[in-house]
Amino acid sequence: MTTNNELPNEELKLLSQIGEAEGPWDIFRRLARENKLALISFIIILLFVLAAILAPVLTPYRFDEMDLANRLKAPSAEHLLGTDEGGRDILTRMLYGSRVSLLVGVVPTVLSMLLGALLGILAGYLGGWVDALLMRLADIMLAFPSMLLAMVIMYTLGDGLINIFLALTLVNWASVARIVRSETLKLRESEYVEAARSIGVRAFRVMLRHILPNCVPSLIVLFTLNIPSAILTESSLSFLGLGIQAPDASWGLMVNTGRQFLYTAPWMSLAPSAAIMAIVLAFNFLGDGLRDVLDPYMKNS
Amino acid sequence: MLLNIAKRLAQALLVLLGVALAVFIMLRIIPGNAIITMMGEHADPVIIDRMTEELGLNEPITVQFLRYLKGAVTGDFGTSYSMHRSVSELMGAAFGNTVKLALAAAIFAWLLGIVSGIIAAVRKNGLLDRLFMGVSLLGVSMPVFMTAMLLQYVFAYLLHWVPISRVTDWRGYILPAIALGWNSAGSIARLTRSTLLEVLQADYIDTARAKGRGQLGVLTRHALRNAMLPVLTMMAVQLSSMLSGAVICETIFSINGIGRLAVQAISGRDIPLLQGTILFSTALVILGNFVADSLYAVLDPRIRRGSES
Repeated sequence: MTTNNELPNEELKLLSQIGEAEGPWDIFRRLARENKLALISFIIILLFVLAAILAPVLTPYRFDEMDLANRLKAPSAEHLLGTDEGGRDILTRMLYGSRVSLLVGVVPTVLSMLLGALLGILAGYLGGWVDALLMRLADIMLAFPSMLLAMVIMYTLGDGLINIFLALTLVNWASVARIVRSETLKLRESEYVEAARSIGVRAFRVMLRHILPNCVPSLIVLFTLNIPSAILTESSLSFLGLGIQAPDASWGLMVNTGRQFLYTAPWMSLAPSAAIMAIVLAFNFLGDGLRDVLDPYMKNS
Repeated sequence: MLLNIAKRLAQALLVLLGVALAVFIMLRIIPGNAIITMMGEHADPVIIDRMTEELGLNEPITVQFLRYLKGAVTGDFGTSYSMHRSVSELMGAAFGNTVKLALAAAIFAWLLGIVSGIIAAVRKNGLLDRLFMGVSLLGVSMPVFMTAMLLQYVFAYLLHWVPISRVTDWRGYILPAIALGWNSAGSIARLTRSTLLEVLQADYIDTARAKGRGQLGVLTRHALRNAMLPVLTMMAVQLSSMLSGAVICETIFSINGIGRLAVQAISGRDIPLLQGTILFSTALVILGNFVADSLYAVLDPRIRRGSES
């Protein structure tokens, strides 16, 4: 027994936390407690990730396995979500398609955040002509309707997964740079950055050690909110035939092939559409929840 | 205020110039010659040379760009490779269809969004509020192709309310307008609700109530006038993005608008047409943002006075 045993447990815990930053695990626990919808969304995303990883184990079929005797079959015990025009199992293609959607959600979003954060910090911290040049460039990128810009880039680069990554990175970096720049402008004037500068810390180190870490909460929120828009853009590109090509599976591509059989085999496009909507909703809820937990000031914006 | 708007206009024009340059460069770093992609790998080299010369593709890129810019200012975007007609003529015809679709979609979205947003705000946390906000969330997260195909399946195929086949009269625009406006209706409803709730807490609303104004009077004369400002801005941005071509919606419903023209330009490997449609669409977006900004400045007395001082 310590001398502190008269204090209620809660207070003891609070006291021990003074001066300690909230770790990722604490943030997650707070999120789970405060926002049930965000927690459910997190679990749904986890299930999609598991499905994507375990795809070969979960289904007896291959994603490109044709079975011409069983074309356009309605959902049944053998084919839980039916088959497509080549007799391919739709559930199997959905599982493999979730790989594309998750990769397309995460990879270009990470790349565009890295690029955007780098350029945003440079613009905000250095100011002057660097700022002017980078921000005019961002203005130009942001002026394009994002779908059309993605289409032109895909046209120039050609189809394929890697090129989708590149296209989405190019489409999305500008908005990240804008946000990071405005945070940097605020932080640049703060006392601790002033202090660091006055004891002779180099500009590069100030940006990396003092400014970037303070941008992390908004970057995390932006990350979860940019993933669904990347997923939607990929599915739209593949829907137009500018993204993933058959026999590879992508939800957008599946919706597009299903469109020709909308009245005879509606399950073909319904299942992938529903999956796109579910994952987009889940990421949006998680992003909203994270924003409330990480940054109460952004709550109403 | 005029100075402010003039400054914004200059900025918008500068961005437009940058956009033109960006599109020009993007379409010319294409791997392989544009003529070869157009004519096929085994085209006669003599013909390739002649076409390159005719289209001015052998000149330095700066000369090409300046010539393009000079044409674009006078409304000449060159001739479409694949459709053998002038790009501005093609875009003019397509834009008419896009305008019809955009206006129908915008009216649907704004009516539905504003009315349901107001009801949700007045009945905050009530059954209708929850229902509307739930539906609007679905609206915001449904991909356009999903909405479009669901509508086609239910209203054309199951219920026979509208014809399945493409019709060119006004009935052909009902489903596309709903499909295109559905997302916008969701975001308008959510924004109307949140701004209205914020405004309803202001002191001047209490004052108006204290003076004996009824619920409806408070809402129409005091609250809505102030709450609509951000909504109006969003409406301007939405309209310009719809006018800049609803690629997916126009493709699904086979409406020959700007968005579908861009898709056709891509499948026809038609650089002048693609360049023209992208430039035109982006110009519309820039214009829309400019109008939204200016609207804000004109309508909000705080900004209006702030910029004068």
